[in-house]
Amino acid sequence: MLKTKENTALKVVIYVVCIFLAILSILPFWIMIVNATRSTTEIQQQAVTLIPSSYMMNNLKILTGKSFDPITGFLNSLTVSIGATALAVYFSSLTAYAQVAYNWRFKKQFFSFIMAIMMIPAQVTMIGFYQMVYKVGLTNNLSMLILPAIASPSMVFFMRQYLQPTLPMSIVESARIDGAKEFMIFNRIVLPIMKPAIATQAIFSFVASWNNLFTPLILLTNSDKYTMPVMVSLLRGDIYKTEFGSIYLGLTLTVLPLIIVYLLLSKYIIAGVALGGVKG
Amino acid sequence: MKQKKVGYDRYAKYGYIFSAPFVIAFLTFSLYPTIYTAVIGFTDLKGIGSTGFNFLTDDLLKNFKTILSNPSFIQSFKNTILLWVCNFIPQIILALLLAAWFTDRRSHVKGQGLFKVLLYMPNIITAATIAILFNALFGYPMGPVNDILMRLGITDAPINLMLNKNVARGVIIFIQTWMWYGSTMIVLISGILGINPEIFESADVDGAGRVQTFFLITLPNIKTILTFTLVTSLIGGLNMFDIPKLLQNGGPDNSTLTTSLFIYNQAFSGSYLYNRAAAASMIMFVIIAILAGITFRLMRDDDEKEAIKEKKRLRKLQKEGK
Repeated sequence: MLKTKENTALKVVIYVVCIFLAILSILPFWIMIVNATRSTTEIQQQAVTLIPSSYMMNNLKILTGKSFDPITGFLNSLTVSIGATALAVYFSSLTAYAQVAYNWRFKKQFFSFIMAIMMIPAQVTMIGFYQMVYKVGLTNNLSMLILPAIASPSMVFFMRQYLQPTLPMSIVESARIDGAKEFMIFNRIVLPIMKPAIATQAIFSFVASWNNLFTPLILLTNSDKYTMPVMVSLLRGDIYKTEFGSIYLGLTLTVLPLIIVYLLLSKYIIAGVALGGVKG
Repeated sequence: MKQKKVGYDRYAKYGYIFSAPFVIAFLTFSLYPTIYTAVIGFTDLKGIGSTGFNFLTDDLLKNFKTILSNPSFIQSFKNTILLWVCNFIPQIILALLLAAWFTDRRSHVKGQGLFKVLLYMPNIITAATIAILFNALFGYPMGPVNDILMRLGITDAPINLMLNKNVARGVIIFIQTWMWYGSTMIVLISGILGINPEIFESADVDGAGRVQTFFLITLPNIKTILTFTLVTSLIGGLNMFDIPKLLQNGGPDNSTLTTSLFIYNQAFSGSYLYNRAAAASMIMFVIIAILAGITFRLMRDDDEKEAIKEKKRLRKLQKEGK
């Protein structure tokens, strides 16, 4: 009797806390989206309301009338994120396959090395990276944000952990007997086997690349090349100082695609986090 | 045995060929910049757009000495640690509590899937966007936070909250906790679900309560995951840049200046002191490399434990087979 009462009380506490936290997750974005539709005067009179207004187009005009260009930012971010993700996923799988399928002399040492460097962030060596890129005149070239993804140590680690128990070497052997070249075996047989791991890693690589501010902020000086986070940082500048409606709208434009993609893929994303494959 | 040896020789070269793109990209985009950064730390490289440099002749370690005695750098290091500690403690407590609740077999919390999706959501959003959003929420004279404070009668006139050091720090700590507790929670839940259920069952039989079970069984069994979370979070925390940069650009009065922001400001504003920024980067590099070494050992130990377990199981199977 006492036990059940205690249980009910605990359950009430759990639901109250969880609902509170869920609201806390949504509320800032809700205020942002609603205020994106309101005029600056309306916002200054009453900053919190749950009811949208009708000033969105007006805000959009002010927003794009200055340096904020959401379409350019979106396309640049898309180019960088898709490019970096494709390279990271493909070459990490290839490197992992080299670990699992072949016996070569420095295999073990190479893997230990990958594990040792996987936690070191690119940020701490950015000065050298910037100097190198500047010297060859590629600072405003998006490829400098894409190509480094070929070497993604943490993804190699994840792919190897996935491939090790799942790859049936017998299939590889029989393909060899049929005369398939090693590179073909990887593309035609191994990559399809790795699909689930590739999907998870692709999502996180895409999001990380999409959200990256530090590298593009340092490399890109030409506003035609700005990615979304660099574009967003313009909203912090003086030119939008009092245009609250437009600031909220600019933020909303950068967040909405992410929220939509997240809600569509949330099942896979949560499962991916549980695997511990990512950490920021 | 002999046949295997032949196969080993024939296909071994593909191990090298398939690893080559990774190695080339790593040498070009990681190792070379790292060495270059270290070298710049010993030179006079400064000024916008400069690339040529000379090694310091009077005192090779001058940049490092300057940085280590620079009050802004010391302040930024203290800030970084403070911001990380103050966000990690509530983050891990909240994540542990939620993980314990969600995995409690007697409570059967419904709607877990939805809660997980919502609590994790802030983590996926661009940190740059979140920083500017919170700056707008704390806007002066009329932002949503001031609006709420005035409507609740806590204050009569709007306050420029972000001018207060502790508020600015508090907001960063809040954002960090808010963005990361969901992720930590999901990792811990999967860790707890990985514990052998028989242990929990026998605890039930012994009449252990929820709290006892949590402290005596759950916590010790997820020790590795907890340590891993701690170290990875610390490495992430030492690189904190987007939020302090776009919230108050390190202010007010350097109270939210982090080491990454300090390095950025040294190298890409004012007199473009690439050499000092490089020296500060290398100091952070060494600290992070030590932390990365700890995670490396943790993971290798885990790997080895797995391997030992696997071997034991195989041996057992062989024995049973006999």
